[in-house]
Amino acid sequence: MPVAPVHLEDGAVAIGGRPVLRHVDLRVEAGEFVALMGANGSGKSTLVRALVGLRPLTSGQLRLFDTDLERFHSWARVGYVPQRGGAASGVPASVWEVVASGRLTRRRLLRPLRAADRAAIRDALEVVGLLDRAGDGVSQLSGGQQQRVLIARALAGEPELFFLDEPTAGVDLANQEAFAHALSVLKSRGATIVLVAHELGPLAGLVDRSVVMRHGRVAYDGAPLGDHASPGLAPDGGHAHHVDHLHRTRHDVAPPVTGPLDTRPESR
Amino acid sequence: MSTFELLTLPFMQRALLAAVFTGLAAPAVGTYIVQRRLALMGDGIGHVAVTGVALGLLTGASPTWTAVGVAVIGAILIEVIRERGHTNGDVALALLFYGGLAGGVLITGLAGQSAARLQTYLFGSITTISVADVVVTMVLAAVVVVVCLGLSPQLFAVAQDQEFARVAGLNVRFYNILVAVLAAVSVTVAMRTVGLLLVSALMVVPVATAQQLTRSFRTTLGAAMLLGLGASVGGLLVSAFASSRADVAPGPSIVLLALAGFVVTWPVGLWLRRRQHLTEPFDDEIPEDHHDVSEGHTHQHGADCGHVAVPHGDHVDYLHDGHRHAAHGRHYDEH
Repeated sequence: MPVAPVHLEDGAVAIGGRPVLRHVDLRVEAGEFVALMGANGSGKSTLVRALVGLRPLTSGQLRLFDTDLERFHSWARVGYVPQRGGAASGVPASVWEVVASGRLTRRRLLRPLRAADRAAIRDALEVVGLLDRAGDGVSQLSGGQQQRVLIARALAGEPELFFLDEPTAGVDLANQEAFAHALSVLKSRGATIVLVAHELGPLAGLVDRSVVMRHGRVAYDGAPLGDHASPGLAPDGGHAHHVDHLHRTRHDVAPPVTGPLDTRPESR
Repeated sequence: MSTFELLTLPFMQRALLAAVFTGLAAPAVGTYIVQRRLALMGDGIGHVAVTGVALGLLTGASPTWTAVGVAVIGAILIEVIRERGHTNGDVALALLFYGGLAGGVLITGLAGQSAARLQTYLFGSITTISVADVVVTMVLAAVVVVVCLGLSPQLFAVAQDQEFARVAGLNVRFYNILVAVLAAVSVTVAMRTVGLLLVSALMVVPVATAQQLTRSFRTTLGAAMLLGLGASVGGLLVSAFASSRADVAPGPSIVLLALAGFVVTWPVGLWLRRRQHLTEPFDDEIPEDHHDVSEGHTHQHGADCGHVAVPHGDHVDYLHDGHRHAAHGRHYDEH
């Protein structure tokens, strides 16, 4: 049996002494595309942060590529796209520079960039469709494009395992489609992807498996669910996973589809 | 005394050397500090270093070295308090400001030293700098510049996004403390040039000036170092040439010259940002039907037509009297 990139057993996380995640079991196989879904506050972002080691587990066992987290040092195999409003900081930085910082996982101290590094950075920019903006400042880009810069930064390290924390929240349709394209390229290259999302939109076709979080526990783990079923499981138990439109949570983004029927009658 | 004669005086040459090295080192660290939005960190460390200077005056040790020691401890303390997050970052800085300054003044009094002696450290006295001081300044400043440039990929990544840097396997705490220590060292290096109370200006103002015009980190860092160099050497020369007529202190002249650079570039930066904002691509969807035609449009839009061109999906919209014109066949659509 091949090594599972992610294997969490009975994981629990407490923030400031308050239990947030309890009894979470998650095993992600190599090459799988897992969508981690759930309402705001369900613990899906906390789970991803625990999986990359940003949040310590209060109990349970986390293994990345069959190595205990404490002894795991091959961070070059992991790519992380944090949840962010944008890619800008206090000083201007170009798109190329931000993406190049993702290459640090594969660079030694005090060594200049090699040809392979430059090629990887170029490839990462190409996959997210921002090669022509490489020399521009990140703050000149739109919010969705900045999110794509952050994806390219993770890509530049050529990892096998990706964690993306709500990369599509508040992003317009054109940029979501650019994401979907970038992720499909990754998937075709055999990458393992764990994506936190409020709703999938154009990414839905890529997902192999959905994991739905609810109140800090895994409420559903199985075949992909549509957007509409995802966050709104029945209020009384984690086992039900029928489509429940009434309990849908608020959308972060406008519904991506605008058809002629969506226009208000008075505008005609 | 002629200009040339002034420059041949040994004390002036020492002062120039100190100005060159501090002018390069302070903005190099300053860039990372501004990137992390901690512009006031240099001030906090400067105030703490006052206690270090006073300890030197009290014990008879070299005030430069006691200042380096206390400033480094203060910088690490600021970093630890900030990282633990129990107190607000700015409250932690404020606590150190007051403690450092009050402690310094108190200990200077205990040491039986005059306030004038302390003032040479508070506001700088570059022209009274000794040969040994110049050597220490040059060595420490060179170390700061070499580390800031040599580790720039790591320091950039950590200052840009700490969480990403942690997942990339970087020792974020080490690099944070390294920046704090570098800041402490450059504060004490610049202490003799511009003084502890104005030190942060030399770290922050050149960076603020540079980023009005730049859009990449590398050019910001380089431009800030050149601007710092220009301000510190220029300010020193201004004060030296003016000294025959009035008492012009080098420290304030350096800082005011740096600020003048900001005042000059700020409107340019404002204009550039406005222009940039205008040409930011439109994110909204392209109308499906394509047939909201702009009526009676005789003007031909093009590369140099004078209307702002904004990328919009696969084409370009031209801003025309509050309208967005997109070429469609022989007419323009309203987008």
